[in-house]
Amino acid sequence: MRYSAKVMEHFQNTKNYGKIDNANGIGKVGNTKCGDVMWIYLKIEDEIISDAKFETFGCVAAIATSSMAVDMIKGIKISEALELSNKAVTEALDGLPKEKHHCSVLAEEGIQAAIKDYYSKTTK
Amino acid sequence: MNINNYFDYNATTPTDARVFEAMEDFYKEKFHNPSSFYREAGVVANEIENARENIAKLINCKPDEIFFTGSGTESDNLAIIGTVRKLKDKGNHIITSKIEHPAVLESCKYLEKNGFEVTYLTVDRDGLINLEDLKKAIKSSTLLISIMFANNEIGVIQPIKEIADIAKNNKILFHTDAVQAVGKLKIDVKDLGVDLLSLSSHKIYGVKGIGVLYKKKGLRIEPLIFGGGHENGLRAGTENVAGIIGTGKAAEIAMEEMETEELRIKPLREKIIKELFEKIPELILNSSATNCLYNTINISIKHIEGEAILALLDAHGMSFSSGSACSSKSLDPSHVLLAIGLEHAEAHGSLRISLGKYSTEEGVNKLIEVLPPVVERLRSMSPFWNKG
Ligand SMILES: Cc1ncc(COP(=O)(O)O)c(C=O)c1O
Ligand SMILES: [Zn+2]
Repeated sequence: MRYSAKVMEHFQNTKNYGKIDNANGIGKVGNTKCGDVMWIYLKIEDEIISDAKFETFGCVAAIATSSMAVDMIKGIKISEALELSNKAVTEALDGLPKEKHHCSVLAEEGIQAAIKDYYSKTTK
Repeated sequence: MNINNYFDYNATTPTDARVFEAMEDFYKEKFHNPSSFYREAGVVANEIENARENIAKLINCKPDEIFFTGSGTESDNLAIIGTVRKLKDKGNHIITSKIEHPAVLESCKYLEKNGFEVTYLTVDRDGLINLEDLKKAIKSSTLLISIMFANNEIGVIQPIKEIADIAKNNKILFHTDAVQAVGKLKIDVKDLGVDLLSLSSHKIYGVKGIGVLYKKKGLRIEPLIFGGGHENGLRAGTENVAGIIGTGKAAEIAMEEMETEELRIKPLREKIIKELFEKIPELILNSSATNCLYNTINISIKHIEGEAILALLDAHGMSFSSGSACSSKSLDPSHVLLAIGLEHAEAHGSLRISLGKYSTEEGVNKLIEVLPPVVERLRSMSPFWNKG
């Protein structure tokens, strides 16, 4: 499998992994049947993502996209995070092998799910 | 590359230096087409027959029962498709198992699309087929049983002689894919009573792109490749001369060294299993059969995924394989691991360690040192691992 240097960098020196104890938005996506599972933890204050972490069961592509995506949404507005696309994450990693696209969609889905979770809790 | 760190001998083996040496001349002076008239061609043709003889000795058959093909895959295809095409007026049913190599499974699937019927026997937790199931699966229309000798992923060795007996008692032909068994185990096709057997040169320190089919004398099957009548009409095409010579040499070396290699490798395997299970919690041993290839270990490392494990090991210069979906071209985890009853996540987290001729204590020690922190690191990122 040929991964870009950026992918390997994010995979080997993964940042932002682990739980956030007082997270107020958690997104759990993927399933073990097809391979990768990603949990995204967000700490949102004043509509800004003040902290973000992930836990991922998955391959190199899944871990690298988790790491990159979480990096990209830290400190930005929720409205901006909602616009983060799987494509943007993949591009930031200098691309992924074609057969790995199914692993990379999880980051976008995970962030959306975490933000949805945040809204469902705060609008109650 | 440091050969000590190579743990993927079931994927392929390096060409033995003696094999390489034996081949060299056939890329230089002895380039002649063995089918040609002049004396140089005759020399090449003779050398091919010597190679055939060496391979015949390795599995105890006659040289004229040995046919060269282009791969283990081709041998499997030829054995299965060639046999049932020949016998198609007598029936249409084939029995195989769920844990065969794709070379067998895909041949069977192709035949299913073309009017044949296939029974895929299930296996138990160790990967063994049940002989009673086999007997029950037999019908009047059954033409062929194809069961692999030893499995490439989990190393389980099937009761080949018993299967051959059942086949014989029911007047059904029996093929075995022995690609992983030849060169590791002593095989006597006459004693076992198999009709067809496939092997592959690159798994026995030979070369890539040479397969062999043993076909019992008198048994007639249809060729898949047509042309100039090579290999007694069974497999046309000018021979891969050097590859055949190399395979003959590899067979000769295997005959001599197989037993001592087994004695050397067995304790390395035992050491790896013992130490890894001591050092890493929550492992599953998938290569658990009592009758298992002495070079093969397959474990599932719970809560993490195989390709990620391979990548971190690769960063240490160490080579392995995994049955995870993400390390395969398809999106499914290993069909073998699912067939022995693993959950998807457990199959995704599998690691195959296969040893061979150049495996050393030094390499094994490095593996035992490197793997636990790799596992720990990936588990620390996993949502399923209770860091508690
Ligand atoms: C059990 C088994 N059968 C068949 C094959 C195919 O052999 P080849 O690579 O020569 O096509 C392999 C190799 O991976 C194998 O392990
Ligand atoms: Zn993946």
